[in-house]
Amino acid sequence: MIEVRNLIKTFGLNPVLRGLDLDVERGQFLTLLGPNGSGKTTLLRILAALSRPTGGTVRIGGWDLPAEADFVRAQLGVVSHLPLLYDTLTAEENLLLFARLYDLPADQRRPRVDAILARVGLARRARDVVRTFSRGMQQRLAIARAILHDPAILLLDEPYTGLDQDAAALLDTLLREVAVSGRTVVMTTHDLRRGHALADRIAILSRGKIALDAPCAEVDPDALPALYSDVTGAATTR
Amino acid sequence: MSVEPTATPDKAQAQAPARAVQRRPVTPYWQAVGAIAWKDLRAEIRSRELINSMVLFTLMTVMVFSLALELDSDARQNVVAGVLWVTVVFAGMLGFSRSLASEQDRGSLDALLLAPIDRSALFFGKMIGNLLFVLVIAFVLMLLLTVMFNVSLIKPLLIVMVLLGSVGFTTIGTLIASMSVHARARETLLPILLLPVSLPVLISAVRGSAAILNGMPSEDWLPWIQLLAVADVIFLAGAYSLFDYIVEE
Repeated sequence: MIEVRNLIKTFGLNPVLRGLDLDVERGQFLTLLGPNGSGKTTLLRILAALSRPTGGTVRIGGWDLPAEADFVRAQLGVVSHLPLLYDTLTAEENLLLFARLYDLPADQRRPRVDAILARVGLARRARDVVRTFSRGMQQRLAIARAILHDPAILLLDEPYTGLDQDAAALLDTLLREVAVSGRTVVMTTHDLRRGHALADRIAILSRGKIALDAPCAEVDPDALPALYSDVTGAATTR
Repeated sequence: MSVEPTATPDKAQAQAPARAVQRRPVTPYWQAVGAIAWKDLRAEIRSRELINSMVLFTLMTVMVFSLALELDSDARQNVVAGVLWVTVVFAGMLGFSRSLASEQDRGSLDALLLAPIDRSALFFGKMIGNLLFVLVIAFVLMLLLTVMFNVSLIKPLLIVMVLLGSVGFTTIGTLIASMSVHARARETLLPILLLPVSLPVLISAVRGSAAILNGMPSEDWLPWIQLLAVADVIFLAGAYSLFDYIVEE
């Protein structure tokens, strides 16, 4: 579903991704781990067609990026650590806007928005403006926006940032549902345990390359922090 | 709660029809433009952030000009077109700067760029929103100037001139605001870049408006209207072809 070959990205003279290779199969949940500056967000921005690679090839669902980005965008749902919402619009207005931008059929937009809001537990707040929402509620709405058009691929960039325990637990539940629904998921996180528990596979990014790539079943979650430290040279307590 | 299985096709499944058809953006162009313009208007109607500051700025400027230029009726007739366009330009710049900066600051520009829409549809959606704000300001200004300068500005030809001038100025203003939105000193950069580029629109608009207000024959104002129309077409075509590169990282 996702094929990345010899991916290079530089910002000015500063190389961020240095010949990265990655394959993600259809329906697989991949957690990308790595210290700050290792290139996780840059990789996700390239996969989301928000940033052009400096070199290498990226194919998603058989479409080449960036040349065929229009087709790729329709298949993607993206959740970032920022909610990417309009805080002066209501939850319902935000989702209706994206339902139009993703070309959902006119007669299905409102039922779909109502169903998704109910799914993320925001049905009662549908007509409240987003600026009155807590961080956790905004992130739930961001997930609703990302899955509104039923994308085949979900890209999650540190979606747990700023969430309290309850909101994080709810996000866990939503992501487990997403995982069993057959979507392909790529998630970056600093939370090693959570990343391991949700995924089928983990990859550790270090200095712009995949330094470790293994099925979760082959990695002991208790040994993961030590393994992470060995691979990246970074200290971790998680 | 359950999530239904996905059924989105990949390239192999989607390649059966003619390739030319598939190359069109997924969302119909004007649907995307309408959705973005609607969003900007809806958000502004609720927050009134932009329109309040633009109206207040307009009111203050007209007051200052009215008190500073204690002119006889002939002199007022001559300067009113300049006052009209100078105020529209500076009030408009307030709006352009905020409209894109707020998208950039809260990250929602990325959400729009993630949608399967033609990038120029995003430009035209933002531009139409800005144009409506500029037109509201221009018509409020025309009423204010009519009262405070005692010169009637409510003339069909002047309204045409205001429409054409606003389209050109808003097009180039929205384009340059999207170029400067990533810069640290974007508020300073916008007028420095915008004023020289919009000069053909401003000169035509001021000269044409003055000729109309002074009741001159058509050969005095028609060339300015034609020049404005040409400038509008050039700016619109330029924005359509350039916006893709401007928003690209």
